[in-house]
Amino acid sequence: MYTMRQWSARHARGLKHSYEWLERSLVKLYPYFQRMGLSKVEQPLMKFVEQPTKRFLFDSQSCGQCTLGSTGMSCPMNCPKTIRNGPCGGVRANGKCEVKPEMDCVWVVAWQGTQQLRTEQQALHILQPALDWRLKGKSAWLRAAEQRIREMKS
Amino acid sequence: MSPSLQRAQLPPFSYADEPPAGENLPILPQHVSPGRLERVLRAGHFAITTEIAPPDSADPEEVYQRARLFDGYVDAMNATDGSGAHCHMSSVGMCSLLTRKGYAMVMQISCRDRNRIAIQGDVLGAAAMGVCNILCLSGDGVQAGDHPDAKPVFDLDSMTALQTIRTMRDESRFLSGRKITSPPRVMLGGAANPFAPPYDYRPYRLAKKIAAGAQFIQTQYCFDMPMFERYMQQVRDMGLDKKVFILLGVGPLASAKTAEWIRANVAGVHIPDTIIQRLKGAQDQKREGLNICIEMIQQARELEGVHGVHIMAYRQEHNVAEIVERSGALEGRKPWYPGLVETSASSSSLSPATQELAV
Repeated sequence: MYTMRQWSARHARGLKHSYEWLERSLVKLYPYFQRMGLSKVEQPLMKFVEQPTKRFLFDSQSCGQCTLGSTGMSCPMNCPKTIRNGPCGGVRANGKCEVKPEMDCVWVVAWQGTQQLRTEQQALHILQPALDWRLKGKSAWLRAAEQRIREMKS
Repeated sequence: MSPSLQRAQLPPFSYADEPPAGENLPILPQHVSPGRLERVLRAGHFAITTEIAPPDSADPEEVYQRARLFDGYVDAMNATDGSGAHCHMSSVGMCSLLTRKGYAMVMQISCRDRNRIAIQGDVLGAAAMGVCNILCLSGDGVQAGDHPDAKPVFDLDSMTALQTIRTMRDESRFLSGRKITSPPRVMLGGAANPFAPPYDYRPYRLAKKIAAGAQFIQTQYCFDMPMFERYMQQVRDMGLDKKVFILLGVGPLASAKTAEWIRANVAGVHIPDTIIQRLKGAQDQKREGLNICIEMIQQARELEGVHGVHIMAYRQEHNVAEIVERSGALEGRKPWYPGLVETSASSSSLSPATQELAV
């Protein structure tokens, strides 16, 4: 929902906080998920929790590689060019999208959202790698937890 | 000392090791490409690039004719890649034809039309044909062009395209990790638009592009020098002008009406009211458009951290020679063009092609 999307960026600070809490919880739950079988957990987690929540709050497109934490809680996959390192040069003077003139540029929103965050939380300058299209529809939360565990081990 | 005076102390640019047309120059130490543009920029000269519009035709002669207009006035030409999402001859095709004649090309790659498999293949093909510079763009949306019904690809974006080609060049491997036996020796470029929101994020995005691999930057059209100066101030404060060559995008406006149309219809082009008023008040609007463009270049020459200009004279390509001449942007240099050695003694300041058009 477009209004909700705008709200989320305005409340980026609180949401970022919740996201960090969620990640910590998932890291703790991960061993249990593993015991239950990750493939068994992923589908219901995605279908009943992750996708509806993210869809409601951010208009998430379920790319499976969430960057919300780095983009001021504005989902870059709502950019008609799916630019992961935006904004492009076509942003209108009023901050609207070149392709969809009725929509605020998601990257203008991302920059506004980022300014709600504390400096050390601001990650808009991190270069996002090319998207892995195989992960579309998969759980980004599980992947983030996995990655966090890998980082903690190394 | 002003930047242009500093440049006046430079030793003259030499074409001593120029190979036969179509063959590459030797790669100098610390250079990434065998290109002439990189040499001009690294030597500290004020570089001039322009845009060559690809024809809606399969006739190579049309391409050569368009290129000849710029002979002796530009250091490199950008072959656009479906600009404005309109279909034209491909940038790979343009570059292949023109590198054969020895021209320095900037091949534009738009992420709108091709995925990572096609882009990487084109990079190898272009480098093999002698392309030494590649400019990575996200690309205009398909809604802007003559095929709004097309599927937009956007597999990569301009940043990840830069990163991908840098990996190919510096690590001799594809994005997949597979080995490349001979890497593409290309200088990498990106675009920047200091004139579109979010304004205060734009310098950070430039930093991000540099981190992704951009070595030169060509900006969107500048019609608002104070705005560009504010941007450059921040760029210099961040030390970015020492890490990347910045070429300011400029171009002549044909009339006040055209300017108003561009402002309303072309995404990302900012034209202040003062420019439109100035055009409206002029007796010869086209002349005034040229004058504005020339003034922009003259101001750019005195700006710290600006390393050249990129002249986009769509449908006014025949005026590029005059713009370069009157702005003094070459600062006494003569860019290479096919046949430079034979005709360098000629007293005429205009190339034959330009003279034809002037008649």
